[in-house]
Amino acid sequence: MATTVHEPPRIEQPSQPRRVLDGGGGHGNLIPPQGSLRAVEYAPPPAATGIWVGIAAISMTFAALTSALVVRRGGALDWRHFTIPSILYLNTLVLIASSVTLEIARRRVAGFMGLKAEVRSPARWLYVTLALGLLFVAGQYVAWRQLSAQGLYLASNPSSSFFYVLTAAHALHLLGGLGGLVRVMRKLGNFSLRRSTLDATSRYWHFMDVLWVYLLVLIWAKL
Amino acid sequence: MHDMSAHAHVAHHAPPTSFIRKHIFSIDHKVIGKQYYGLALVAVFVGMVLSWLMRLHLGWANLAIPGLHWLSSTGAPGDVMTPEYYLQLMTMHGTIMVFFVLTTAPFAAFGNYFLPIQVGAEDMPFPHFNMMSFWVTFVAFLVLIASFFVSDGPTLGGWTQYAPLSAVGAVAGPGQGMGVVLWAASIAIFCVGQLLGSLNFITTTLNMRTKGMSLWRMPLTTWGWFITSVMGLTAFAVLMPACILLILDHVAGTSFFVASNLVLNDQLQPHAGGSTLLWQHLFWFFGHPEVYIAIVPGMGIVSHVLVANMRRPMLSHRVLVYSMGALAVLSYMVYGHHMFVSGMNPVSSIAFSFPTLIITIPSTIIVLIWIGSLYGSRLRINTASLFALGMISMFISGGVSGFFLAQPSLDIMLHATYFVVGHFHLVMAVAAIFGIFSGTYFWFPKMFGRMMNETLGKIHFWLTFVGAYCIFMPFHYLGLAGNVRRYQAFVDDYLQPLIPVHRFITVAALVTGAAQLIFLYNLIHSRFGGEKAPDNPWQATSLEWATPTTPPPYDNFGGHLPTVYHDPYQYGIEGSTGDYVMQNSPEKVQSVGEEA
Repeated sequence: MATTVHEPPRIEQPSQPRRVLDGGGGHGNLIPPQGSLRAVEYAPPPAATGIWVGIAAISMTFAALTSALVVRRGGALDWRHFTIPSILYLNTLVLIASSVTLEIARRRVAGFMGLKAEVRSPARWLYVTLALGLLFVAGQYVAWRQLSAQGLYLASNPSSSFFYVLTAAHALHLLGGLGGLVRVMRKLGNFSLRRSTLDATSRYWHFMDVLWVYLLVLIWAKL
Repeated sequence: MHDMSAHAHVAHHAPPTSFIRKHIFSIDHKVIGKQYYGLALVAVFVGMVLSWLMRLHLGWANLAIPGLHWLSSTGAPGDVMTPEYYLQLMTMHGTIMVFFVLTTAPFAAFGNYFLPIQVGAEDMPFPHFNMMSFWVTFVAFLVLIASFFVSDGPTLGGWTQYAPLSAVGAVAGPGQGMGVVLWAASIAIFCVGQLLGSLNFITTTLNMRTKGMSLWRMPLTTWGWFITSVMGLTAFAVLMPACILLILDHVAGTSFFVASNLVLNDQLQPHAGGSTLLWQHLFWFFGHPEVYIAIVPGMGIVSHVLVANMRRPMLSHRVLVYSMGALAVLSYMVYGHHMFVSGMNPVSSIAFSFPTLIITIPSTIIVLIWIGSLYGSRLRINTASLFALGMISMFISGGVSGFFLAQPSLDIMLHATYFVVGHFHLVMAVAAIFGIFSGTYFWFPKMFGRMMNETLGKIHFWLTFVGAYCIFMPFHYLGLAGNVRRYQAFVDDYLQPLIPVHRFITVAALVTGAAQLIFLYNLIHSRFGGEKAPDNPWQATSLEWATPTTPPPYDNFGGHLPTVYHDPYQYGIEGSTGDYVMQNSPEKVQSVGEEA
């Protein structure tokens, strides 16, 4: 069966008298008199930290694109606004729903991993989430088709350029999230899923959700 | 000792047996570190040969360099370099050196090899990402080199690729079509590789430290790599989308960076409304932190090497770490100083000038800690410590000119001259290279189980040290004399008297470059025929010297992670094994500074 999560062991934190003129690095700050350790004995699983590091990097990328949009729009006389395809609002609802279903799935899988026998078919909600994620990507594709049907292509206007770049960058990251979900399901299937993998994947998915809502507001307000 | 169950949430993997999984597609951080080092070594020789060609052309314009037409028949017809080809070589020299040498060697190569060992981990937490990080970087290098082989050669836009000339295509000159697309693709791919690397470095530092390894017990090298990886994560995440927008301007006809009504070669460009300064903002938001990405790991390495050879810790371990952190934070606030002459709002120039002057404070603190710690120490003189001293020397010499350039009023005069070339080569490039050399001579015994030849090492040091000054100090005088940079030949009357200086620099560059062959020989010869290295040849204290074998086994510590009892640098004390106590030794020692 999958792993269980251990409580962090208690770490003894001896109170040391604070030394002045101690630059650290050596010469001072040696073993405390009792010989106990000021120790890092328990650290959260790397996936829990890693996912936040990844989220930080992706946030920086979209911050860069946002600032590019603001600068490009600020100095331009050629900026033409367009009405965003209404299917985007539907897509937003689909993505929010997928976050909800993933959260249900996460709890059920976590319960299943905690050996609660009454949880049957824990993966069902993961399939629902996966389907909703694919539906969102398909919906984004429909939005691009609608826009190009209006004659708005990547190079038509800076506003449409940014629309395609932002939505495509988000969709690519979202496909990465779908890959993560498939991986979770496969690992669940062969009983090698770790709790930290499950949590990290769902955190990433929720971030994709939040990022999309941010982009929608940006697109709605600026493009 | 405690067993590996402490890292139960990390996937453990058995040592590979096949050649491919062992040496090529390896997930072992040590192999990946060595692969990065090898890549940097190839790249640095390519970059150096390019600089030789440029220097020969600058010293003796229209000189036929035998065989040059093999490199490019259009760029060097009759073996004589065309002006455009000079700029193409310059661009590739800068790009290769900054990305594939100064970023990969001190950060990715040494960091991969030693960061996990120094914090007492058996590997990085995401080893497959780590493998991808190297191979993605390798592909980026191939894509960049491929631009030598497209019809009109690599881009000539400089490593900064300023828009709009970088964004309009072949009309802007040879290499500005396919060459720029390959350049931007290479850099975007490179960013992916470094983001994956940074992800691993950060999580290793935060989550994989062994029992007893508190943050303040990490060696200064680990701090250097950790701080650098945080910078890398934020800087490369911005450069990547910028490169993608640049590619779109090329291949999809968008107008992110090209303004309206631009006429080039009598052709009206089919772009409108783009912002040329936008590229500079995005590029330098990455570009300035990149300078610190190159130098901060070197600072860590130099501190680590000096401490082991001074046999006492730095005056202040913590202030050194805080100063490196301050450099990282400030590096994002100063990037506008690259744009003082770009036509940016003068108020912005002042806003960027102040943090630029402020960033000299942590830099100065770091230097003062080094010098203060060295004062009165009986430094062991070996090649590693000599290169560490050399790095400090280069950093000071190159850093002093930074005070001038930080002020917009002076920078406007000096910006387009060789003064800037001298400044950044010394403070960032040569200083970082000296850090790499110092680390190589220091860690080679651990990485390959053999000692390097010290005599050859010292000859290499003195030739390189004197040579680097002969090359780069005159650049400052040239700049003050008004010698503009990026020119492929100096035909103006006022520049004629400076040509002998250029010839002196060229000779110095050829000799100093040739001296690197001594290093290469030493590296290869020692790898196979060097004296067998003991586990801890420098009597050093940090965990990389506590591995059960040399080189370390696949899981670094042979199945039992060490427990850490001490600060990293317990030197100059009475330990049972000598004047030092290793971090994993449970021995209780009397602190020298206890009464303080």
